[in-house]
Amino acid sequence: MNTSNVSKVVMLLALATSYVAIAAEGGVSDSDRIAQYREMISDGNPADFDEMAGEELWKKPGGPKNASLEKCDLGKGSGVVKGAYAEMPRYFKDTDRVQDLESRLMTCMNTLQGIPEEEIAAKPFSTEQKNSDISTLATYVVGQSKGIKMAVSVKHPKEKEAYEIGKRIFNYRAGPYDFSCSTCHATSGVRIRMQDLPNLNVAKDAQAAYTSWPAYRVSQGLTRSFEWRLNDCFRQQRFPEPKFASEATIALTMYSAVNANGAEYAGPGLKR
Amino acid sequence: MGNPMKIRAAVKDGVTEVKILMQHEMETGLRKDADGNLVPACFITEVKAQHNGRTVLEAQFGQSVSKNPYLVFRFKGGVAGDKITISWVDNKGDTRSDETAISA
Repeated sequence: MNTSNVSKVVMLLALATSYVAIAAEGGVSDSDRIAQYREMISDGNPADFDEMAGEELWKKPGGPKNASLEKCDLGKGSGVVKGAYAEMPRYFKDTDRVQDLESRLMTCMNTLQGIPEEEIAAKPFSTEQKNSDISTLATYVVGQSKGIKMAVSVKHPKEKEAYEIGKRIFNYRAGPYDFSCSTCHATSGVRIRMQDLPNLNVAKDAQAAYTSWPAYRVSQGLTRSFEWRLNDCFRQQRFPEPKFASEATIALTMYSAVNANGAEYAGPGLKR
Repeated sequence: MGNPMKIRAAVKDGVTEVKILMQHEMETGLRKDADGNLVPACFITEVKAQHNGRTVLEAQFGQSVSKNPYLVFRFKGGVAGDKITISWVDNKGDTRSDETAISA
């Protein structure tokens, strides 16, 4: 490489994403700097790769029945992916219950591909060694709702019930620390270490939080699903780990999703 | 053959901005797995960017660069439709090359 080529390079910015040091500026808060950092890397969200991988999984025949998921009904009709996530969780007639995206994907993988639900639920989350299929599929589906307004219904009695159960779980204090979701997420303007905690009872915060999940976690190098996020909340509260795609996690998802209604879905997001 | 990268290139006021997201494990060789065995090093060592076949950037990467590296650079020149080719080589000799056209 000769020097004239080097001189043409106006700026080189190589991000070791886990260790970005932004020069300290007077009067700039930590959360502003995090926002700057997010802005810088917003075009380079590695969750894009999971979206691509998820689309491939969606279209590829698999399971004992060697079928693809292209006929999966996510609530907007057989095979309609576009905008489906913005209306989930919802009541499904065939299963006669309210389902979030992941439990619905599990139903489709079971009925269309013949994969036993226990087998899917056994590896619900991605690990460093291996990506979870259901999590990768979810990343693809949510990406197809980007820019679409959240419109989750509570018209059906079972949807209404799920919302009410979710609300109760959100406020239910228990466990060795006597914690509830609302312990951290029902007050405005508080934080844990550098992280601002959203007040999920306030529409603006609830919308920003819900519409940015699933998200790529830079510190873990993995795209994390909403079920995973709830699971981690329970872990942090020292609660017993909920069953994957259980009624409890679906109800909490319902509560969060309805509170985010009206906002444009913006995921998959990018988190520290 | 590595996994595909995502490349975006746009020209504005005679300066082309190229954004590249590479898909790579970038193992340092210092980490241990669950059984206590070292995870072998695997990281990109060289990245090259070409504009219509002319090299505009060469970079040497090491273990300190994160997984799925994201690289942004700008260079003078380039018009919409020109070809940008990015390629990398890792320490195991694996390589990947992808291209895109500059958008206005």
